[in-house]
Amino acid sequence: MSISIQDIIKEENKVFSKTKLLTDKVFSYCPGCGHGVAHRIIMEVIEEMGIVNQTIGVAPVGCSVLAYDFMDIDMQQAAHGRAPAVATGISRVFPDKYVFTYQGDGDLAAIGTAETIHACSRGENIIIFFINNGIYGMTGGQMAPTTLEGMKTSTSPHGRDLHQMGFPIKMTEIVAQLDGVQFATRQAVHTPSAVRKTKKAVKKAFENVKNKKGVSFIEIVSNCNSGWKLAPVKANEWMEEFMFPVYPIGDIKG
Amino acid sequence: MGELRLMKGNEAIAEAAIRCGCDAYFGYPITPQSEILEYLTLQNPEKTTGMVVLQAESEIAAINMVYGAAACGKKALTSSSSPGISLKQEGISYIAGAELPAVIVNVVRGGPGLGTIQPSQSDYFQSVKGGGHGDYKLIVLAPNSVQEQYDFVKLGFDLAFKYRNPVLILSDGAIGQMMEKVQISDFTPRWTEEEIVQMTGSWATHGKPETRKHNIVTSLNLQPEPQEEHNHHLQRKYKEIEDNELRYEKFFCEDAEYVFVAYGTSSRLCQKAIQLGREKGLKLGLLRPITLFPFPKKQIKMATKKAKAFLAVEMSAGQMVEDVQLAVKGKRPVKHFGRYGGMIPMPDEILEAMEELIAKVEKKEAKKAQKKAKKKAEKEAKKQKN
Repeated sequence: MSISIQDIIKEENKVFSKTKLLTDKVFSYCPGCGHGVAHRIIMEVIEEMGIVNQTIGVAPVGCSVLAYDFMDIDMQQAAHGRAPAVATGISRVFPDKYVFTYQGDGDLAAIGTAETIHACSRGENIIIFFINNGIYGMTGGQMAPTTLEGMKTSTSPHGRDLHQMGFPIKMTEIVAQLDGVQFATRQAVHTPSAVRKTKKAVKKAFENVKNKKGVSFIEIVSNCNSGWKLAPVKANEWMEEFMFPVYPIGDIKG
Repeated sequence: MGELRLMKGNEAIAEAAIRCGCDAYFGYPITPQSEILEYLTLQNPEKTTGMVVLQAESEIAAINMVYGAAACGKKALTSSSSPGISLKQEGISYIAGAELPAVIVNVVRGGPGLGTIQPSQSDYFQSVKGGGHGDYKLIVLAPNSVQEQYDFVKLGFDLAFKYRNPVLILSDGAIGQMMEKVQISDFTPRWTEEEIVQMTGSWATHGKPETRKHNIVTSLNLQPEPQEEHNHHLQRKYKEIEDNELRYEKFFCEDAEYVFVAYGTSSRLCQKAIQLGREKGLKLGLLRPITLFPFPKKQIKMATKKAKAFLAVEMSAGQMVEDVQLAVKGKRPVKHFGRYGGMIPMPDEILEAMEELIAKVEKKEAKKAQKKAKKKAEKEAKKQKN
């Protein structure tokens, strides 16, 4: 006996529903991009903890500049790299609220390095989500501070030459050295198990804010199909093969 | 009414912030305004009024902290001096674009570059003609005393919230560093969380309750049509500010034949120059813009009815003088006198510059009269011949 579609869509058969805190707006992200999953799990945690009326997010400049269109929470959009300073301003005047930034590698590790380091050093009671895909996505695939050695981008068309362009920067290892950082971890969102682990880390980060523990820094190593010029599945394989050895997954502190 | 106190201009800014219900100050040390941060950290208002005081890692971070706090509907203040204000321009443009209320203090020093630490007024263009990118205006208040330095903090916040627009207090190193008596106001309590929600709930980020849509503070529109519409809205707002918020002061203008236009420290020096000139029988007056945006264009234009010439006195190579010329529209001579790079002119130097201008105007007038008389005589002669 075959099951009809009517049976399948019954409420009791439902195994997944989109969190209410994601709007119905179609993502502006490329198919296969990790941003969508990262957005979802952060919103799920906020919904599960019942803290939407106490949460303020800060969007960066980059692909996720429009994160506020998808996250149904109060949000501010910061100048390029300045999200940790903006979050500091929010958290200092609203010390009991949950404040997070959501930034890419160009935003956080290049133009915003000073803001990142000092928000971490001061131990601001915030969460910094750091999406690292080793490239500037929004502007069309230029070299980022996190671009791997030899990796071709539109501004390193012959591959990143370490002598000329320096080394990939490992931000999570750097901020883990700072006393103001309670929790520093590097995760991914390309497999179901990776998503589960990342969600656990996200939850821990929000708990840390609740307990006023200082900065929780969550790096999510992600892909950029368009920038890497790889189909989504291939991009994830490439990420595992080349990104993970340079940016190893796991907790670094806390 | 509160007490009378002898205060430094920079301290007056800090004390006014504590007393007017300011929620947060974010700053970075730079001469000649570091006393603002020092005074606030010493007073530690977090323990009394609950006002947050934080030393940021840079002027850039400080202005972005202001952005974050202002976008929560809080009264946020920052201060710096010229090189630091240059660093803040990106943030100021974002604050103007996102229509956030905030107060920024510039205790101006001589430039360009690292320049000097002495007083100057060479940031006029930066203050009133944009400074950062995009079509935006700041409400610019120019104090010329420590009392005004004090009063303009509260006024600044009132205007900033009335129009949801950043307000710049354009001071200078002289007013920041000098001491004068100040009438201190009583404490105005900071807004409670309920009041903040009531006042700013339609736009600020407090955490989304179920009763409303999420609030987003941004200056981004990917599409040009809504961005143009946003710009139209901003321009309408600036027009409204021009219509309603002009502030200026006239000093001995009633019978003045020659008028100084000066703001801030220069206006104080012009007052002394007027006194010296009047002792010599010169009919001198001063028109002092208190707001630099809006600028008293009409008042300057009206003054051309009586005044024979204008002298814009600025501690700069000549910036505001361009706006005076635009207002006068070529009807009368407009000249500039300034010392700059950290130098302050003496009142007798200013008077001397005015006397030179007067001499030129009178010489021209005499020549004109001579020419007229000659023409008249020629005409008469012709008539007689006929």
